[in-house]
Amino acid sequence: MLAVRIFPVLLVILCCFSLKSFAEDEYQTVKVAEPYLEFRTGPGRGYPVFFVVEQDEQIEILKRKTEWFKVRNAKGQEGWASRAQMEMTLDGSGEQVAFKEPRFDDFSSRSWEGGVATGDFGGAAVNSMYVGYLFTPNLSTELWASQVLGDFSQIMIADLNIVHQPFPHWRISPFFTLGTGAAFIKPKATLVNEDNRVEEAVHYGLGVRWYMTNRYFIRMEYKDYVVFTDRDENEEAEEWKIGLSVFF
Amino acid sequence: MENWIKRIFLNDGRRPVASAVLACAMASVGAGQAMAEEVDAESETAVKPLIEPEVTPRRVQEDLIDTEDFEVGVFTGLMSVEDFGVNFVIGARLAYHINEDLFVEANYGVTDTSETSYEKLSGSAKLLKDDERDLTYYNLSLGYNIFPGEIFLGSKYAFNTNFYVVGGLGSTQFAGDDRLTANFGWGFQMLGTDWLSLHLGMRDHIFDTDILGEDKKTHNLEMTTGLSVFF
Repeated sequence: MLAVRIFPVLLVILCCFSLKSFAEDEYQTVKVAEPYLEFRTGPGRGYPVFFVVEQDEQIEILKRKTEWFKVRNAKGQEGWASRAQMEMTLDGSGEQVAFKEPRFDDFSSRSWEGGVATGDFGGAAVNSMYVGYLFTPNLSTELWASQVLGDFSQIMIADLNIVHQPFPHWRISPFFTLGTGAAFIKPKATLVNEDNRVEEAVHYGLGVRWYMTNRYFIRMEYKDYVVFTDRDENEEAEEWKIGLSVFF
Repeated sequence: MENWIKRIFLNDGRRPVASAVLACAMASVGAGQAMAEEVDAESETAVKPLIEPEVTPRRVQEDLIDTEDFEVGVFTGLMSVEDFGVNFVIGARLAYHINEDLFVEANYGVTDTSETSYEKLSGSAKLLKDDERDLTYYNLSLGYNIFPGEIFLGSKYAFNTNFYVVGGLGSTQFAGDDRLTANFGWGFQMLGTDWLSLHLGMRDHIFDTDILGEDKKTHNLEMTTGLSVFF
């Protein structure tokens, strides 16, 4: 009864996260500069406007959810204001409020990236996740973890690789990769007399990063793996993957 | 309404006029020189705003705003594993909201499975060892809040809601094997407060299995109720 054993652990974790929400903070204040600012009942474009604050009134910024800000006026009325309207307000120094919006320029100067990908590894399905650190706009290192779900075996692959990106300022930017790692091979339970084994593997590959919007990009790549075995012949496998990544 | 009154009496541009009118009115009542001086002193101190803003002038720092785009939660319910009965399932969920419409979520779930009808009828033949009966799955899915809305409880309470659809890929470990698993489903989310929400959902986990001989595609339906916290 694994499920029953895990239940209390999950509840405790949830409680820890919820405690944070009770902490009372000191909020930042802005002044409405346009004729009015709309309060909506929820953080979304479809929620109705139920209240407006007028020009020169001060509002406190309580929290943010995606592109919506929960705000409170001097009388304690709370509502959700859009990012566009919040950017028309003035802060304490009389300057217009501005919020960061990661753009393509930030993409080429990123230092961390990470993502998930799915695809095909030598005819079997593969799911992967990775984190990467960029030393320079051209050169980065990545740590990958992949799970290959084959008909005859399950393979977990841990990889460390070096990636070179010759044209970091292109929106669709190609890259080359070279790496090494270990493959943990676990044959299917329905097969008999097969033991788990660990093999070394090296790979080279190429692919493209395709910047989409905000801090997201799509990543497509091809890798050719050579798995060193203790038999006479090494095993080779081709891998194709597509995934969604985020950069910081 | 209060604002309009403030505008007449407190507005920065107009206050000198208002206080001058006040001073004249008081002087004309017939008070002497001393009284007039007192009024002058009073109008000087009145240059200070009546309500001192409590904030010191500073730029709004975006990083100090509490951003609640992540959601962590637990869920429990029933999961039907094809041929292996309907059992209690429990799991955890982590979601990141990209914008008001789209989110990505990772799920991890555990369920026990029962004996197949064949195992029960035959009496002794066991298809699986005890430790192979636990089914665990993980998946990464993309969700879309297709119908955001509000629900009303009586005339006093309104709660924000989302009806969302999700789909994604992952892996299921069952009977000693790991299988690529696709999942599709829908969910209903009710936000009790800004940070606490209740989820009701249905999922279909689709994977191939060869436990009963040949490979076949199985549909494993899961019905869950969950709680989540935004952070």
